[in-house]
Amino acid sequence: MSEKEIIDLEEQFQARIDRGENIEPKDWMPEKYRKTHIRQISQHAHSEIVGMLPEGNWITRTPSLRRKVALLAKVQDEAGHGLYLYSATETLGISRDELFEQLHSGKAKYSSIFNYPVITWADIGAIGWLVDGAAIMNQVMLTRTSYGPYARAMVRICKEESFHQRQGYEIMLTLAQGTKVQKEMAQDALNRWWWPSLMMFGPTDEASTHTEQSMKWKIKRKTNDELRQQFVNQTVPQAEFLGLTIPDKDLKWNEERGQYDFGEIDWDEFWRVVKGHGPCNKERLHARKSAYEKGKWVRDAAVAYADKKAKQTLKEAV
Amino acid sequence: MSKNWPLFEVFIRSKNGLEHRHVGSLHAADATMAIENARDVYTRRMEGVSIWVVESENITASNPEQAGEIFEPAADKVYRHPTFYDLPDEVKHI
Amino acid sequence: MNDNLYQYILQLSDNSMILGHRLSELCGHGPSLETDIALTNISLDLYGQTRSYCQYAAKVKGEDFNEDTVAFLRTEREYKNVLLVEQPNTDFAYIIVRQFLFDAYHLPLLEQLKNSKDEMIAAIAAKSIKEVSYHHRFSSEWVKRLGDGTEESHQKMQEALDYLWAYAGELFEESQIEKWAKEEGIGADLNAIHEEYKKDIEAVFAEATLTIPEYDPYQQGGKNGIHSEHMGYILTELQYMQRTYPNMTW
Repeated sequence: MSEKEIIDLEEQFQARIDRGENIEPKDWMPEKYRKTHIRQISQHAHSEIVGMLPEGNWITRTPSLRRKVALLAKVQDEAGHGLYLYSATETLGISRDELFEQLHSGKAKYSSIFNYPVITWADIGAIGWLVDGAAIMNQVMLTRTSYGPYARAMVRICKEESFHQRQGYEIMLTLAQGTKVQKEMAQDALNRWWWPSLMMFGPTDEASTHTEQSMKWKIKRKTNDELRQQFVNQTVPQAEFLGLTIPDKDLKWNEERGQYDFGEIDWDEFWRVVKGHGPCNKERLHARKSAYEKGKWVRDAAVAYADKKAKQTLKEAV
Repeated sequence: MSKNWPLFEVFIRSKNGLEHRHVGSLHAADATMAIENARDVYTRRMEGVSIWVVESENITASNPEQAGEIFEPAADKVYRHPTFYDLPDEVKHI
Repeated sequence: MNDNLYQYILQLSDNSMILGHRLSELCGHGPSLETDIALTNISLDLYGQTRSYCQYAAKVKGEDFNEDTVAFLRTEREYKNVLLVEQPNTDFAYIIVRQFLFDAYHLPLLEQLKNSKDEMIAAIAAKSIKEVSYHHRFSSEWVKRLGDGTEESHQKMQEALDYLWAYAGELFEESQIEKWAKEEGIGADLNAIHEEYKKDIEAVFAEATLTIPEYDPYQQGGKNGIHSEHMGYILTELQYMQRTYPNMTW
């Protein structure tokens, strides 16, 4: 194809997206669109399955049976969501094993929030409330993204996620209405999870390199800063209802803007964790790699057995 | 030897009387396992009463580049639709 | 309070709970995402059963008991699960063999309990049968797959079976409580189940090209609250919150 033909195709492609059409796997797409989507969707998938680990740590220690089944179901949902997203990525011509390889080698990223330690039961509440709350804002937006398989996976995920944030907030509410020890536990969790949650929306719009392109392809419909502001606006009243204090002395309602002003994020910390130097980066990757490596003989045996059975059936048929 | 589990497409009938609908895909070593996995992955919330699985590579798809010639010719065949035919309002049940 | 009934419910409950606990440890660490999800489903089923049993046990016990005090606040000697279910997740072969040895017992047990004179136990059993039929299908399929898969998987499965076989006998050793429950028409007749069990596992292991060890299973004690050393660690995690922060609502 000549350069001009490609430019024409790209223009037509963009026009389709602008008209609100979805792009499907076998459609022509610019190489950059394909690559960006592999990167973004798989990063999202990795976040789901790495995200199982911090909460998974608490499954055996939940304080009640009711909390046990809720947490188990939630972490299991995350495995399911990872699976939907890996499948969506695979429609772009890359295998799940290759994607795992990228995760394990450190080439692929996942959400940095999961590199923080989950050290008390209240952290489970805070994660559901804040981390799932932040994630869902992105995810709702993505149900209308341009790539069909991604959008469909997000529709399913959003439907299923609806209980996750409520599960977390209910834990916080119970603690907030509990004993002094429980209230302190809740406040301590909020203190530790607040800033990392704000970091989940990514760098500021000025520092964000992908925003413009992502908006064009509808991978994003709002900028990082817009979403972060929206999150603060909706979360502050929820914290007030709990009687907890958000650990930000600059946080205050701005009558003029009709929004909350809030303090500066520690961007040094943000980049440090992104680059692999958070408290739990190594453990998380190690846990994923270890599960994958230990599972190899199981996966291989299942294939060998399937082949054997297929041959038997063939023989019987002859 | 390290062979990946092949990809399967999963179709679920949400209740009797409705058709099976594509819900997504998953990996499994064989069809038996694919059914089991589909049950665990795609019907955790009572989404279905029946499951079909088919290995993805066995699906033949139409080519989107030929979408024009395949699908557009149907657009001007308006006589296939009931509204094409003019009948007086007095005529009922037709 | 009918202490015999309470004890009998606990035994049913603890088997489900401790196996559910072991499986829940795997969430996020399975050999593939699909298998991870499947094992968690089994764990969820078992915990669902546990909740029904514990709620019933709390009712039988009366006083201020609820499902959580019954589930979490006993001493080790008061847990009545068989030793098999507390054995660790050594590798996936152990997980599958443990599961199958238990499912093959659990399913016919529930078939009998469905007709229990105790309506509550009968109702819980009737609901659980569907779940456990699926567990049995899942674990027996995997026994065959891994037993007759590769040389490596066969070896690992045989090793797991050789080890866990020691624990398969306790399932059928009738305890005092089980004898009482049987005579009252509340519990199951373990002898009757045992025949079915043997047939089932012999067929599945044969198809899986695995050999049932020749030695007689000799490990027992769990039904009377004498557990393996693993149990203390399970309880340490299970009871952590309830023990550290007593008398609070979560």
